[in-house]
Amino acid sequence: MSAPVTGAVAARVLTQLRRDHRTVAMLLALPTMLIVLLWWVFSDVAGDSFDRIGPALLAIFPFTVMFLVTSVTTLRERSSGTLERLLAMPMGRVDFLLGYAAAFALTAVVQSALAVGVAVGLLGLDVEGPLWLLLLVAVVDAVLGTALGLFVSAFATTEFQAVQFMPLVVIPQLLLCGLFVPRDALPGVLGAISDVLPLSYAVDAMDLLTRPDPGLGEVLGDLAVVAGFALAGLVLGAATLRRRTP
Amino acid sequence: MTSEQQPGSPPPRHAAARGVVEVRGLVVRRGGRAVLDGLDLEVGAGVTGLLGPSGCGKSTLMRALVGVQRTHGGDVTVLGEPAGSAGLRERVGYVTQAAAVYDDLTVAENLRFFARVLGLRRGEGTSAVDRVLGEVDLAGHRDDVVGRLSGGQRSRVSLAVALLRRPDLLVLDEPTVGLDPVLRQDLWALFHRLAAGADGEPGTAVLVSSHVMDEAERCDRLLLMREGRVIADDTPAAVKAAAGVASVEEAFLALVHDAPTEGGAA
Ligand SMILES: Nc1ncnc2c1ncn2[C@@H]1O[C@H](COP(=O)(O)OP(=O)(O)OP(=O)(O)O)[C@@H](O)[C@H]1O
Ligand SMILES: [Mg+2]
Repeated sequence: MSAPVTGAVAARVLTQLRRDHRTVAMLLALPTMLIVLLWWVFSDVAGDSFDRIGPALLAIFPFTVMFLVTSVTTLRERSSGTLERLLAMPMGRVDFLLGYAAAFALTAVVQSALAVGVAVGLLGLDVEGPLWLLLLVAVVDAVLGTALGLFVSAFATTEFQAVQFMPLVVIPQLLLCGLFVPRDALPGVLGAISDVLPLSYAVDAMDLLTRPDPGLGEVLGDLAVVAGFALAGLVLGAATLRRRTP
Repeated sequence: MTSEQQPGSPPPRHAAARGVVEVRGLVVRRGGRAVLDGLDLEVGAGVTGLLGPSGCGKSTLMRALVGVQRTHGGDVTVLGEPAGSAGLRERVGYVTQAAAVYDDLTVAENLRFFARVLGLRRGEGTSAVDRVLGEVDLAGHRDDVVGRLSGGQRSRVSLAVALLRRPDLLVLDEPTVGLDPVLRQDLWALFHRLAAGADGEPGTAVLVSSHVMDEAERCDRLLLMREGRVIADDTPAAVKAAAGVASVEEAFLALVHDAPTEGGAA
């Protein structure tokens, strides 16, 4: 592993993102705009629906957006020959992975800071736990999305195919993460499935952090599960970065 | 020796012409078909041209030399080490047939990134970037985004990446496609300068694949391939003499038509 190479990859990915204004908008502004939209949708409804759903969105957006952007970016890297070229150079696969993870983690910090700032400052979402922990959950969640995106890009040959993984990987997790029906009210089988999906734990952590008197131990436990999945995703991703291809 | 012994013994090779690349019994299957089936060849110092009809396995062979091709048998030795071993990665430069650079970065950003991956420190990197921009004649385009360059300019950016370090072996897959005659002449002069070495430094062995026959005349040695086999391995002059023709193009056509399709000539 080499820190300069990891840094070079991260800086390069960020430069590429910066050059693509639409992607920057999607990464940074879109989550915030959707949260505002949701707040608006619920604004004439009595009750605390926004407070219930808002935290889940703070977990869902970093994961989904990073998954989408990484799967397309790394697919491009595979098909344009740049990955082959890099692997023929003195570059470790870990440097490549960590470079991507670092670039998207950094993006996630900005993305989540914006979303949390607007949700808390303008829309009145109550966050009881420490804000840094909320940001940390968002970042680990984003790295998870990056790792899974990198992994699935190995199974796509076109950008069209890469995008098709999104409904497959993201939507089931969305349905089972407790956003629509609390996880403990799910039918037994679905509850069990929900227990092995990483997004459930990210949503749980966000949810706890917005409740009065969040147990920090419990939040850290959820965070550890998400981090474990992210690490496993990176290992799986590394396995798909083959120097020798058929 | 190649497995395809030419009628009449091959002319003796210089000691220097051996040993940069040695391929023995290389088998590569792609898409369920043996593309290379027991290939033997050697590449030495100087500029070696790799010629052959489209689809004969030139790119596959080059990928095997740089260690990115999955192989199914045989040995590939490069600079004394098995192809693709970690120690070779900084000693072998490789330019893929399609330009492998980032379309959404500028020329300079691409080069600076690859320079850092190659382990050049900032100062070294900056001077290497300036040098290669001159070598591929793109100094005027350093801040242009690669995606908005012409095809020939993009492939020169890709070539420039491989020149950032002075490798011991440079593997170039059709680097001059789509370039005008002036640029091609400049690049071939550059390949020969690299092969000659400078300031007491040993030269870079250069392996270039090409479809352009007048380029073949500029090589120190030629490897003619057909259907995954080497059908000639000699200097351009000897290849022409053996076929009794005046140009490499005619020799190529004669050899490609005459060589047996299956089983080899031996
Ligand atoms: N990615 C691939 N998957 C499966 N088969 C492949 C792949 N790439 C090439 N082949 C097959 O391998 C054979 C040799 O291909 P290769 O690219 O080495 O040819 P080439 O000599 O470089 O041709 P050209 O001059 O057109 O570049 C071809 O017949 C092709 O069908
Ligand atoms: Mg080719």
